[in-house]
Amino acid sequence: MAKVLLEMKSITKTFPGVKALDNVNLKVEEGEIHALVGENGAGKSTLMNVLSGIYPIGTYEGDIIYNGEVCKFHNIKDSEKKGIVIIHQELALIPYMTIGENMFLGNEQGNKWCIDWNKTYAEADKYLEMVGLSDSSKTLIKDIGTGKQQLVEIAKALAKHAKLLILDEPTSSLNETDSRALLDLMKKLKAEGMTMIIISHKLNEVSYVADKITVVRDGSTIETLDAKTDDISETRIIKGMVGREITDRFPKRHDVPIGDVMMEVDNWTVYHPEFAERKVCNDVSINVRAGEVVGIYGLMGAGRTELAMSIFGRSYGIGISGDLKLRGKSVVLKSPKQAIEAGLAYVTEDRKGNGLVLSNSILRNTTLANLSGVSSGTFIDQDKEIEVAQEYVDRLKTKTPSVDQLVGNLSGGNQQKVLLAKWMFADPDVLILDEPTRGIDVGAKYEIYCIINDLAKAGKSVVMISSELPEVIGMSDRIYIMNQAKIVGEMKASDATQENIMEVIVKQGSETTASLAGEAEIKTDYKAEAGAGEEVSVAEEGSETAENTEEGSEV
Amino acid sequence: MNQFKMKDVFKRNIMTIALFAVYVLFVVLALVIRGTNMLDPSVVTSLIEQNAYVFILGTGMLMCMLTGGNIDLSVGSFVCFAGATVGLFSVENDLLNKWFGVWEKQMVDGQLKDVLVTPASPWSTPVVLLVALAIGLAYGALLGWLIAYVRIPPWIATLAGFLSFRGLGTQVLSTASTTNAISNLPGSLTNIFSGTLFPTPWGQLNIPCLILGILVSAAIAFLNIRTRSTKIKKGYQADPFWFVILKSVIEVAVVMFFTIEFALNGGIPVVVLWIGAILIIYGIITEKTTIGRHFMTIGGNAETARLSGINNKLVMFCAYLNMAILTVIASLIVTSRTGAANSFAGQEYELDAIAACIVGGVSAYGGSGTIIGMVVGATLIGVINQGLSLVGVDQDWIKIVKGLVLLAAVVFEIMSKNANKKAKDKKPKVKKAKKAKKAKKEQKLAVN
Repeated sequence: MAKVLLEMKSITKTFPGVKALDNVNLKVEEGEIHALVGENGAGKSTLMNVLSGIYPIGTYEGDIIYNGEVCKFHNIKDSEKKGIVIIHQELALIPYMTIGENMFLGNEQGNKWCIDWNKTYAEADKYLEMVGLSDSSKTLIKDIGTGKQQLVEIAKALAKHAKLLILDEPTSSLNETDSRALLDLMKKLKAEGMTMIIISHKLNEVSYVADKITVVRDGSTIETLDAKTDDISETRIIKGMVGREITDRFPKRHDVPIGDVMMEVDNWTVYHPEFAERKVCNDVSINVRAGEVVGIYGLMGAGRTELAMSIFGRSYGIGISGDLKLRGKSVVLKSPKQAIEAGLAYVTEDRKGNGLVLSNSILRNTTLANLSGVSSGTFIDQDKEIEVAQEYVDRLKTKTPSVDQLVGNLSGGNQQKVLLAKWMFADPDVLILDEPTRGIDVGAKYEIYCIINDLAKAGKSVVMISSELPEVIGMSDRIYIMNQAKIVGEMKASDATQENIMEVIVKQGSETTASLAGEAEIKTDYKAEAGAGEEVSVAEEGSETAENTEEGSEV
Repeated sequence: MNQFKMKDVFKRNIMTIALFAVYVLFVVLALVIRGTNMLDPSVVTSLIEQNAYVFILGTGMLMCMLTGGNIDLSVGSFVCFAGATVGLFSVENDLLNKWFGVWEKQMVDGQLKDVLVTPASPWSTPVVLLVALAIGLAYGALLGWLIAYVRIPPWIATLAGFLSFRGLGTQVLSTASTTNAISNLPGSLTNIFSGTLFPTPWGQLNIPCLILGILVSAAIAFLNIRTRSTKIKKGYQADPFWFVILKSVIEVAVVMFFTIEFALNGGIPVVVLWIGAILIIYGIITEKTTIGRHFMTIGGNAETARLSGINNKLVMFCAYLNMAILTVIASLIVTSRTGAANSFAGQEYELDAIAACIVGGVSAYGGSGTIIGMVVGATLIGVINQGLSLVGVDQDWIKIVKGLVLLAAVVFEIMSKNANKKAKDKKPKVKKAKKAKKAKKEQKLAVN
């Protein structure tokens, strides 16, 4: 039995209102590749953030035992000193610097005051050779592909004398060939004695590379599978990932007649705005009827947000082609303004980033998308505005002392309600809800679900994008499954189970990656990568301020 | 529901109160140290007239800053250039003669020379005004296009204007006249932007001025009371009656103070009407119209604004177009006041306008700020300027003080924001209570 390099003992990390990690145990032996799998938001990234000191000692409970000693990391530097290096999913390289400069960023070679460039590049070349990269260390990062950039990240980690390497979704932006090369490099490093933890959504890769697989679900470690002794087929892993009962977490929707097709999108293709050869939506066709809730399920980076935003007045992407029909008529929407006028609403997943103006009041945010609804001509009727905002606060049960409260002071759930209010006041026919319950607590989630049901009842068409399987199954009438820029399946909610949805994705994933080898794969972008870390931080701030608002109402 | 609290009123109007305090302080200091009366009608009038350009440029700058802390560095130079253009066409000068005069070849001292036979006649005032407006529109449209559509960072685009318009203005003036200035602008032009309406001799109470002041006062009181009664009628929360009365009394007192000062100084300064009109128009735009809301929203979160159907580019374009037009008006006011276009006109005006906004609580990151705030900021700086010079402080020291005031205003704003956040947190109190308990326990233990 090999020596246990890292042991994380009963780690519990609570953000006010949310238990992100609950009594998690993880044992990693020296010289193995340990995979962490789980759904989005299961707590994988939070766990790794605890390990690497991003969440410092004292903010969590439990012990980290590394190399036989209990570690108290106050920041990333502390963990890096011990040889724990994390490579994040988003490449943290600076395009206009050379490979060498990037590799030793924050770890500059030379004496205290002066960088020794000769040493820097010599060292860089040494590590580049280790990862099998033949480019000169003086090449600019922007001139090499994402596959090579990922290798540079690993070389950078090695240069920090890493003993335990954590790779967070290392292949998410790579094509099949590069992915395979990376996985083989991992095996090679393992043979040289490196210990690695890999977080991945691609289960075929996990099966290929991992010695042990730990499944994380809802903030707890469910099981650890050993490649030598256990069955580690993808179906077996999925079972662990989603083996959760759908209980009555979702309010029932009664007697909503489903009407005619309200919105239809045909052969919709969108290209990435910066990497123009990359398709973020590939020949997508969907439709939604009046009074219907259609779920779009897909893992992060599947192209869901890109699809929604490109439909909403071409607010994302370039080279958009395809037909958009509203109530059977073809329309061309060139700006969000036109989209709103045509009766579309896009309720963003990123409420802080592009949904709300945090420094403005509830009042102003509520009327933002439909100012003409509270004004005569160009003049705003401020009394009417208050009336409208108050009406929505009452209707959606937003907890706030007054409509003048700044949205930034509200909890995540209440912010989400303001965001919904904003788009409900715009009175659209079709609402596209992008991750409507991201980062909000269970109680608020239920209330949001009720609002969605009410919208359907009122004859609106709702498209709900979500990466939470139970939510999609529990809330939708019909489900589209999206993966790697394509719709890969469509099923009635009554036929859907978590297992068969995941299977559709896995099946398509292995097919396309085989056929698309060489072609650039879809890079997840557009802030979809917020990940568990940010989700939780939203919740954290949210509940802090929730307290404030409650206090406010007491006063 | 929010309850009415006097404390909140003080908090909201802290800068205005500071302005009052500083003014009173200088009045006393000037009287004690120098024996100068700062309340003298001519001193008060010059305070307004000297700072007229700050109010107008500050308004334009406010609109730019609302869109996200964007500034326009070119306004000072553009004031100079617009002034030079106005001077060029409205007064006979060398350049105008060169372009439009009638020249003939004549023998002078045995050599063939071009000699001016008929000098060019200056253009009429309406035409000159139209030309000035056209120049403003052209520059504003160019700048707006560069910033909004070509996406050049505002400070770079306007820095280019800052440099080139100063050069261009100086070039025009030095070609037109040997003194680098065009003076003796026609009265038909200067009277539109300076001087007094219905002038009377100094010291004699000017009746039209008094009437206007009383009308404005009545309007203020009427609007205050009507706003409250509509709110009550519609069932909204309104301020208490006594507060509305108090507010009206203070506002009327301020208006009447200036009315009497102006009335004693010969009448209503024309520039006050310009300032008043512009401030009221832009006050309404920023507070009560959808376009004003668009400016604020873009500054608050541009991406949110875009996805809410706002045309961000158009708003940015408008901000700089508007700035250029207001700059032309400011230029006409400044030029008319001195009656001459100078190559050094408008120096550092852009910085005065920015400072007024910042001191007036306009967010340097955009999204929040009011016309009233900017006016208070501009006046505060103006009062400090005038007060210190009357007390006899050296110009260099005045600059130092102004810099410190600017810094203090921003520091104060940020600190009070933080204090607000902390005040909302009740946690520290809980901690204290816990600590107290702990201390007691420890004491007990110690006793045991």
